[in-house]
Amino acid sequence: METFEQEQILLKGLAASDKNSIELIYRDNFSSIQSFVLNNNGSVDDARDIFQEAMIVLYENAGKETFKLNCQIKTYIYSVCRRLWLKRLQHLGKFNNNLENIEDIMPVELEVEDHEKRNDNFNLMENAMSKIGEPCKSLLDAYYLQKKNMQELALEFGYTNADNAKTQKYKCLLRLKKIFFAQYKNT
Amino acid sequence: MDDILLIEEVERYLRGEMTKEERTLFETRRKNEAELDQLVVEHTYFLQGLQTYGSIKTFKHSLTEVESKLISEGLIGLSPLNGKAKIVYLWKKYKRNIAVAASIAAFISVLASGLIVSVTSKFGNENYRVLVDQINKTNREVNKLKSKNAIEKAGIPKPDVDFRATGFLIDRKGYLITNAHVISRMKNIYIENRRGEFFKAEALYSDKEVDLAILKITDTAFKPVSSLPYSIKKGNSELGEQFFTLGFPRNEIVYGEGYLSAESGSDGDSSAYQLNVSANPGNSGGPVINGNGEIIGIITAKDSKADGVVYAAKSKNIITLLEKLKKSDNQFQVIKTPNKTELKKLDRVHQVKKMEEYVFMVVGN
Repeated sequence: METFEQEQILLKGLAASDKNSIELIYRDNFSSIQSFVLNNNGSVDDARDIFQEAMIVLYENAGKETFKLNCQIKTYIYSVCRRLWLKRLQHLGKFNNNLENIEDIMPVELEVEDHEKRNDNFNLMENAMSKIGEPCKSLLDAYYLQKKNMQELALEFGYTNADNAKTQKYKCLLRLKKIFFAQYKNT
Repeated sequence: MDDILLIEEVERYLRGEMTKEERTLFETRRKNEAELDQLVVEHTYFLQGLQTYGSIKTFKHSLTEVESKLISEGLIGLSPLNGKAKIVYLWKKYKRNIAVAASIAAFISVLASGLIVSVTSKFGNENYRVLVDQINKTNREVNKLKSKNAIEKAGIPKPDVDFRATGFLIDRKGYLITNAHVISRMKNIYIENRRGEFFKAEALYSDKEVDLAILKITDTAFKPVSSLPYSIKKGNSELGEQFFTLGFPRNEIVYGEGYLSAESGSDGDSSAYQLNVSANPGNSGGPVINGNGEIIGIITAKDSKADGVVYAAKSKNIITLLEKLKKSDNQFQVIKTPNKTELKKLDRVHQVKKMEEYVFMVVGN
């Protein structure tokens, strides 16, 4: 059991992808989620999947300034996992009750829905990234995600100068954007 | 080129890198040109998406690392054993197999063809031929000469091998599926990738009844791959479903395509499909992949008399087998089968290109 202050520190750590915080939350919560999933038609793998997804939901929210956790992390994770799992069961046709009738221990319905939208976007971006090929993928990754500057990029990717690297980077970005929005229209 | 300049300007604007004058000018243009305004909105949304993608990717990476640590500590994945002592359980399970194996042994006769190594009269079909390639001495010498010119490689030096078939990854850490009959006559098992690099592997489990074996690459030179682009189908596939195969009927990866021609295998075997595709010794253990990038089966054998009649173990056997093993043995709990396919919207050439990284030769002596 953690105090309120300890939990706030854990959440901050989580928002920064800090491995110690992640590990502590796993240690405190995984086994109860695993029993829940195993007792409800699921396997150990399902429990791992669901738990990871709940961690991502918490991560997405912990980073927001407006986010206030009104309950313990434990309760929150349990509620999210429960909703995610029942949804998955319903999707597989193994659970027939209407999900709207399910009372959450904590109201997390909207957060789960938000997460699903973001997750779709994540998959679209991942897919687009996998299609642009190299060196584009690494170039964009280095610039937009690892925040390296143009001189570093030119050096790393063997462009004669920073301007060349920049032009190449924008060409790649336009391609990524085109693929990303094209699939967007298809879905 | 204009597009690039425009995007550059939009990004400078969004990052607040413009001078005051530039900014005022840009904002006036934005008011007057609907297209520019649209572009700014769209690009903001896109960049946000890219940032979120990046941060979640990093976070997922940390999650996986923590997970692996906890799995190795045994905190994750310890499901309760089901009471009975394991030996009793295994004996009960194999009692039947042992009896069957003994009776089959009585029937085995030596076959003239050097290509076909092992003949199992599965379900009484005398034309049932498993597809393991036996490599003869001459080939071996030729390959040896060839490998002398090879450049420096990872893994172990090229071993002498007698048998060759196919296998594919089911977990990025180096766990493979192949057929049980593929490894049944191998004392030493090696995995060879497309670059001709060899890695030592061992069989963790082999089940003759469903004809599946789980191998693990034990070589430290093998580096886990980042992720697998295909998934393993849990349900049955439909009659007429189109698919492609990858395998090693020769020393080089070979592509094949066909359709599912019957929902059961040889002699009504419900754990297998009948396929119409070309397959040859060496194809055993190869994946059968549908257009969505789901593995639907594993090539196991063909009918030696009928044309294009090939049998494949159903993919759901992999899932059931793993689920069963995970309950009784901790070492299988680290295996996490891929459940997402990245091949869905790709054309065939690109699907194959992505797949072939994860399909290996299983060789041994």
